[in-house]
Amino acid sequence: MLNRQKFFSAIGDFFADPVFVLIRRELNAYFANALAYVFLIIFLALAGTMTFTIGSFFERRLADLQPFFQFHPWLYLLLMPALTMRLWAEERKLGTHELLLTLPINLSTAVAGKFLAAWLFAGIALLLSLPLWFTVNYLGHPDNGVILVSYLSSWLLAGVMLAMGSAMSALTKNQVIAFILGVFLSFLFIASGSPIVLGFLQSWAPAWALHGLANLSLLDRYDQMSQGVIGLDSLLYFALLIYLFLQATIVIIHLKKTA
Amino acid sequence: MLVADHLVKKFGNVAAVNGISLSLKPQEVLGFLGPNGSGKTTTMRMLTGFMNPTSGSVTMDGVALTDDPIAVKSQLGYLPEGAPLYLDMTVLDFLKFCGEIRGIRGAYLRERLDISIGLLQIEEVLGKRIEALSKGFKRRVGFAQAILHDPAILILDEPTDGLDPNQKFHVRQMIKQLSATKAILISTHLLEEVGAVCSRAMIIARGQLVASGTPLELCKLSPHYHAVLATAAPSVLQLLRSAFVGNPLVTGVEEVRVNDKLTALRLLNHQPAELLAAVNQAARAQNWVFESLLLEQDVLDDVFRRVTGGDGRHA
Repeated sequence: MLNRQKFFSAIGDFFADPVFVLIRRELNAYFANALAYVFLIIFLALAGTMTFTIGSFFERRLADLQPFFQFHPWLYLLLMPALTMRLWAEERKLGTHELLLTLPINLSTAVAGKFLAAWLFAGIALLLSLPLWFTVNYLGHPDNGVILVSYLSSWLLAGVMLAMGSAMSALTKNQVIAFILGVFLSFLFIASGSPIVLGFLQSWAPAWALHGLANLSLLDRYDQMSQGVIGLDSLLYFALLIYLFLQATIVIIHLKKTA
Repeated sequence: MLVADHLVKKFGNVAAVNGISLSLKPQEVLGFLGPNGSGKTTTMRMLTGFMNPTSGSVTMDGVALTDDPIAVKSQLGYLPEGAPLYLDMTVLDFLKFCGEIRGIRGAYLRERLDISIGLLQIEEVLGKRIEALSKGFKRRVGFAQAILHDPAILILDEPTDGLDPNQKFHVRQMIKQLSATKAILISTHLLEEVGAVCSRAMIIARGQLVASGTPLELCKLSPHYHAVLATAAPSVLQLLRSAFVGNPLVTGVEEVRVNDKLTALRLLNHQPAELLAAVNQAARAQNWVFESLLLEQDVLDDVFRRVTGGDGRHA
């Protein structure tokens, strides 16, 4: 028989892990400022507006959420770096990284905790759009499996951009610079498969390079997945990018504090 | 016991810290003195594991900081320079966070919070956001964070910098109180602090150790230590000088001038008691009136200038 007390104390131990203590602090920090509310309101307002105007949600007469999800990469391009710009830049500006990094925790724990808090926050923003899902179900009979996969891919896309933003925030004390670098890096990965970039390279780059670059495109992966095509390669691609940029964050912080 | 062995930290080609060794024992308050930019903060950053040394090592009870950083760091309490804090948190939330992330929970966390909050007298600001606090309270919160987990070693970077005299007095009282159970390293460029709280001091300049010892031993490095200092009208001082130049007890005479006016004479010597008696005797015989006559004790500033090159010799 399961010992109930042991069970709950095990759960308690799990959530007492430094990474959860840090996630809680970081989430509270979002809500301690106006940032959280401004972000949530703007995200919902922009996502909603795009869905109903450019996305022609009603005019299409289709019971799906494509008009909602198709604009997320462009929305995230501005919003995710806004969420991560303070992550490390603010710590360095205030000097609190000296406090954080002399605690008995690993640097990777600190990097993961801050990233996960931002990612959870992005998840909260995404969950607040659920009424839209209920609406299409009220109006018609959508493929709810596709919508679920779309939500997942949108959240993964947000994670990749947040990991990039985290690395960019570690580069500087200045939040504005962190934001601009974050937008730029995200744009590179979103646009790498776009006609603008490919057209520019077509005249001189070899075909395999073009193909490889197009395959790197966040946008293509996201589009595939948000139409319900869930592949192991896509999941790996998102996970790998998140991992890589979190590792980059660790390396940058390590170099910065020692230099 | 915290031991640092030949710590070197280079930024590019410049060595900010160049071969500093130290050991910190329980119940000891070690003062780390030096001019601004002499490498105090960089050394403390290496001791706390914030920075890795270019070469050299830090060990805590035989365990190297690089081998088991978490075990070593968990025994350290650190107040970084300027006491940085998360400004958007309330004092209580911040202290709870510091405890919980160190794995302190439940009844023990409450007990440690009570002790730290009481010791630092910050009950009245617990619910306030840290950004709204005065400088003195911020420093106290930083201090509370450093002692919250009852560390064996406390490392305090300029703990009284920027505080008013009352706050300085309070912080020093607390350091003395804490030294009963802990080993404490404080850095400062305030010399009065050394005499007030330190059992031992190290003076560093340009990243290297230039002098160390108890405050008394350091004072003795100055020829001003136990010099006879006579303050009087210039005419009296001229008489004093002519009477004692050439006296076998006097090894040197220095003038103290304020706004170019001679205000005091310093008679350097090796036998302070005898010289003081002789000066007293002469004063009675000749009816000299001194404003003050004393043996100099607190000459750390002179020692400091001499060993750090602040007297112009290295400038």
